Amino acid sequence: MSANHDALRDIKDQAGSDFRTEIDYTHQSRRGIGDDVVHEISALKNEPQWMLDFRLKALDAFLDMPMPEWGVDLTTLDFEQFYYFMRATPSSQRSWDDVPDAIKDTFEKLGIPEAERKYLAGVETQMDSESVYSSLKEEWEQHGIIFVDMDTAVQTHPDLVQAHISKAVPIRDNKFAALNSAFWSGGSFVYVPAGVDVEIPLQAYFRINAQSLGQFERTIIIAEEGSNVHYIEGCTAPQYAEAALHTGVIEIFVKKGAHARYTTIQNWSRNVYNLVTQRALVDEDGLMEWVDGNLGSGVTMKYPAVILRGPRARGEVLSIAFAGDDQHYDAGAKAIHLAPDTSSIITSKSISKGNGRSGFRGLVRVAHGAERAQSKVVCDALLLDPASRSDTYPYIDVNEDDVKIEHEATVSRISEDQLFYLMSRGLSEAQASAMIINGFLEPFVKELPMEYAVELNRLVQLQMEGSVG
Amino acid sequence: MALEIRDLHVTVEGKEILKGVSLVVERGATHALMGPNGSGKSTLSYTLMGHPKYEITQGDILLDGTSLLPMATDQRSRMGLFLAMQYPVAVSGVTLYSFLHAATSAARGYGDRNQKAISGRLNAHLMPMREFRQEVNEKLDFLQIDPGFLRRYLNEGFSGGEKKRAEILQMALLQPKYAILDETDSGLDIDALRIVSQGVNSLQDEMDMGLLVITHYQRILNYIHPDVVHVFVDGHIVKTGDAKLVDILEEQGYEWVRQGMV
Repeated sequence: MSANHDALRDIKDQAGSDFRTEIDYTHQSRRGIGDDVVHEISALKNEPQWMLDFRLKALDAFLDMPMPEWGVDLTTLDFEQFYYFMRATPSSQRSWDDVPDAIKDTFEKLGIPEAERKYLAGVETQMDSESVYSSLKEEWEQHGIIFVDMDTAVQTHPDLVQAHISKAVPIRDNKFAALNSAFWSGGSFVYVPAGVDVEIPLQAYFRINAQSLGQFERTIIIAEEGSNVHYIEGCTAPQYAEAALHTGVIEIFVKKGAHARYTTIQNWSRNVYNLVTQRALVDEDGLMEWVDGNLGSGVTMKYPAVILRGPRARGEVLSIAFAGDDQHYDAGAKAIHLAPDTSSIITSKSISKGNGRSGFRGLVRVAHGAERAQSKVVCDALLLDPASRSDTYPYIDVNEDDVKIEHEATVSRISEDQLFYLMSRGLSEAQASAMIINGFLEPFVKELPMEYAVELNRLVQLQMEGSVG
Repeated sequence: MALEIRDLHVTVEGKEILKGVSLVVERGATHALMGPNGSGKSTLSYTLMGHPKYEITQGDILLDGTSLLPMATDQRSRMGLFLAMQYPVAVSGVTLYSFLHAATSAARGYGDRNQKAISGRLNAHLMPMREFRQEVNEKLDFLQIDPGFLRRYLNEGFSGGEKKRAEILQMALLQPKYAILDETDSGLDIDALRIVSQGVNSLQDEMDMGLLVITHYQRILNYIHPDVVHVFVDGHIVKTGDAKLVDILEEQGYEWVRQGMV
């Protein structure tokens, strides 16, 4: 058994995301926070004055706002220990040939070239603080679709950026949103014109690849009237001794009758603080779907939100979290109903292994005037070990009479009888456990494109290593 | 070549349930084990398969001369032992198809390559899809099971009869050397019983399988004809005979045997 275990660990070391590629960083800011760092970043990016002003205002807000004292333990988080900007290559690249070999090597390990083959040019990739590789299908350009990294968007579409940035997530929304607003770098900007259906999902790979590097991607997605878009973000990060910080801000605007889906699978290494703000504003008859898979990082605070501000707007949040040893998730969802006949569905599935801890925090608010609003919240927790922990914190705030709100929560364990049954058919204990877990996650996995479903199954398998075998 | 149970004593949570069971099932032979409820029949089947709840305090179980006692449940399965369960467990989110694919692959030795699967090709531990698909279709046909069945989650929402058919479908794919049928007739209507029994009989012929049919009633034994019949009462075999014993039990009930014991 223990030989098996070691073999598995070796395999994990080779196959997992804990590898590191040496990269010659061409520019790196000093450690820590200050006006000088903001000025430096903005100057290096040749940003217009309004963006510099935005950043400086955000820095003031960040310094002014208190640390959150709920959710996860952030007492060991020291903002001064991080680098807030690094540039791996002189500027964003559009041609694969221009990408440095070391970075190609990292992408090779991440399977990017395969995505490249599959999706031809439709890949947007962020490495450290800036996109090093970004290309856009000609076809999309013909339809007027904009899919560029955010730094480029500030230069090429300043009006669109200025009109939308911080409109879904205000600078002062929370301390980490303020931090992101001051130091953001990279992320994607997506604009889909009215009536356009983007059939192939837009994909971005994010990667933190330098020690103590804060990753502050900023993403804006605008789905104009009647359009349809699916954006996918997948993350892996190499492991380092010092803690890394990830505080992304994602803002999505779903206009009348439009449909947007944002899918994340994050597998940051265990030393990462993952503190992300994701919010969508949904107009009448619009549909926003957040599909959110969390396997990595040390501590996570993340509550994808839908603000249903037009009549009949719909929002769905489907999330899974797999908390292994020493991982703590405080994740969940928010649905704010501001208009009549709006509906939301929140489905959360969590798995806790070893001393892993997975918390669900869900907020459903129905404002005055949101008649006939409907919301359904389901959270299922699966505990793998006696020390594993799961918590549920539902907050429901209803200011209308004629509404329908449902909340269900279950906590279960892998039963001895299930294991026995599967093992009696020749499956090893590890295979049997993985099968039960995959079954538990099935409602989530079936929403993913095939290659992501495969990747997720593999990540679950890696996560399982250690508890069984 | 036999499944041999030697003087088996088993306790559950400190209480002795099996009190010295000895039994030899040869390849190709059919043994019936009949007994009243609560006599320990299911304890015997779970113990043979290695359920961790059952503690063997004495005796041995040999499969073709190799002791199964040091082996975990999955190893016993891969050695060629199969248990069609009385109460198959549901596993939500796992389709019958993917489960059968994994189980059949494990039985055929693909599972040994599982470790490579983590580093290399994800499905290296599975038999090729085409090959499996063809085989499973043959078995479905043979057991008169609707292929749509495969898309359902394992035993979830299955009727009693569907569960039992699914058990026999698994047996057909795993091709064991020895199979234990634990109350397989319960929950089956007469047509389903006939189909399932025919399936078991032809599998037995095909693979020269040793069968241990555990049952409360004689009903299934009208279709699966035993060579040897054991009467099982209070944790041990009290009487062994040929198929005629079934009729006597049917007429006179287990009281007859109990009285005979005194």
